[in-house]
Amino acid sequence: MQIDWLFGLAGGLLIGLAAALYLLVNGRVMGASGILGGLVDGTGRDTAGERLSFLAGLVAVPAVAAPLLGHAETHITGSVAVIVAGGLLVGIGTRLANGCTSGHGVCGISRLSLRGIVATVFYLLGGGLSVLVFRHLLGVI
Amino acid sequence: MRRNLFSALAGGLFGLGLAVSGMTDTTKVQGWLDVFGDWDPTLAFVMGGAIVPMIVAWRIAARRQTGLLGTALPLRSDPAISHNLVLGSLLFGIGWGLAGLCPGPSVAALGYGGWAGALFLLAMMAGMVAAPALRVHIDRLAAT
Repeated sequence: MQIDWLFGLAGGLLIGLAAALYLLVNGRVMGASGILGGLVDGTGRDTAGERLSFLAGLVAVPAVAAPLLGHAETHITGSVAVIVAGGLLVGIGTRLANGCTSGHGVCGISRLSLRGIVATVFYLLGGGLSVLVFRHLLGVI
Repeated sequence: MRRNLFSALAGGLFGLGLAVSGMTDTTKVQGWLDVFGDWDPTLAFVMGGAIVPMIVAWRIAARRQTGLLGTALPLRSDPAISHNLVLGSLLFGIGWGLAGLCPGPSVAALGYGGWAGALFLLAMMAGMVAAPALRVHIDRLAAT
């Protein structure tokens, strides 16, 4: 669609406002992998309420908004092997790197954090190589 | 209580942004990464749009000690670029390209992503459980 970039920009601004709110009110970096990861591995047990509240909002609002916007189709692959491999790699990788697209990308780059910028370079590199190999060379995605 | 309320608000706003931008659609994410195919630039607009309010927010944060609810604001992290940062980001990127989902959108799509979306989320959480043990092995290898 021609106006996809406009939805992208508007959605991006909302994401940035969410991160700004989380930083200036709650005093925390809005990183999705860190918020979820701290619950999953138990390191964030003392802030579990705050983490669960964040995740509840993150699930509830799109569940209502995405269908209204016509964006409720994920087009995710039906291949169990690809889904499981992808999920494991994203889970392991973001916890090793201590951040993902929101923490290192949005919150890190805006602060000119060297770690955020280096992480972003390498996950973009990994993602580009992944699509090149698995889509164009092997044809599995 | 207020802390949880604002946290839910931030999560909801983040989810709204992901829904508006279409970032829970794996074809748009993989399209962005597909430099040699039918390239889709949308993600660059999302990232650019998200960074702008945060540049302002970090400037405000620099003049304060704590957030409005009293928590100490995060200090700049150690600038050291570790092997875990590089290796982890590469692995994350490979998985991101494979499935077209990163952590935020995988949670945001739970309400409409069907069994495949839920399976991805479960696998990702399993990876998060496994990561600390893997990190010990990697650190040991790196030290030798």
